[in-house]
Amino acid sequence: MTQSAPTSSAASVPGPQSFGTLIADISSDQRAFKNVPWAKVMMWVFLLGDVFVFGSFLISYMNVRLSTPVPWPHPAEVFALTVGGKPIPLLLVAVMTFVLTTSCGTMSLAVGYGYQRDRQRALLWLLVTALLGASFVGMQAIEWTKLIHEGVRPWSNPLGAAQFGASFFMITGFHGTHVTIGVIFLVIVAIKVARGDLENMRPGFMTGRKGGYEIVEILSLYWHFVDLVWVFIFAVFYLW
Amino acid sequence: MAQEHGQQPPIATYVKVWGMLFVLAAMSYSVGYFNVQGLLRWILLVVLMLLQAGLIVSLLMHLVWERLALVFAIILPPTLLVALIGIGALDGFSTLSTRNMFFGAEATPPPAAEHSK
Repeated sequence: MTQSAPTSSAASVPGPQSFGTLIADISSDQRAFKNVPWAKVMMWVFLLGDVFVFGSFLISYMNVRLSTPVPWPHPAEVFALTVGGKPIPLLLVAVMTFVLTTSCGTMSLAVGYGYQRDRQRALLWLLVTALLGASFVGMQAIEWTKLIHEGVRPWSNPLGAAQFGASFFMITGFHGTHVTIGVIFLVIVAIKVARGDLENMRPGFMTGRKGGYEIVEILSLYWHFVDLVWVFIFAVFYLW
Repeated sequence: MAQEHGQQPPIATYVKVWGMLFVLAAMSYSVGYFNVQGLLRWILLVVLMLLQAGLIVSLLMHLVWERLALVFAIILPPTLLVALIGIGALDGFSTLSTRNMFFGAEATPPPAAEHSK
């Protein structure tokens, strides 16, 4: 990828991306992150905390899985769906991954069209993203129902190690909560876009802060992060 | 385009990254589907996982267009997780060996009342 289409230059902060600017930024007075809206920095700080939340979950999952002498259930069989009498491993999880990856693309389209001031397209892609996110949560509910019917609980598991149930419900539950919150915020931002709040920099409901189209980008950071976490969950929980 | 901060990539960039993410996710899934085993499975899973993570963070989350001060503030702290993974793995293996010693099938019954006086 090339660094393309510079849309604005920081008149106050000259200089290329170098370690010199890094040191100058960090050691400068008052503001280390030049030209970054504070709300974006705050979102990144929040996501950094979330990295450690999910990191701790996945590492504790690794720890309990390594430490149990009881056989771990084989995820490819536990999460298989039978289609035409033939079990296909991880089918539902694959569809969920497909849906979440698609929603990542549609979210980016919303950001791009938002910055181009193409309100209708931005709104359309925001709503598509919300719909995909909601269907992801729906499929997760199906998966949970299936496992609960098979007798898997956070404290016991007829298929093997009890830690499987604890890890599964904890990790996918936290991730699903993140997706749900993301869908709610997608709808809120979609309403703002639909009303034209962002063109007029109209302050939000709970804040006097004026918001422009960068709030779509900040929301997209959260949404992409949720997909990022799913990439790790998919690899280490479902494919281990 | 508007007066927004920083640089914005063209929409075509997003579509390309999107396509690559699909390919990588499909490759991850095929590792599970074809049940690749052993060291190869781990290498494939970790490489594909990190490639997807890199694409998402750098391009979709715009990190390559941010100033280095922000990039370093975001990228450096999570490297601590490597240490946590190491600690978690060490502790997991040691717990497993203790459990095998005392609760495993081959464990000898504990000597009775040796410590009672």
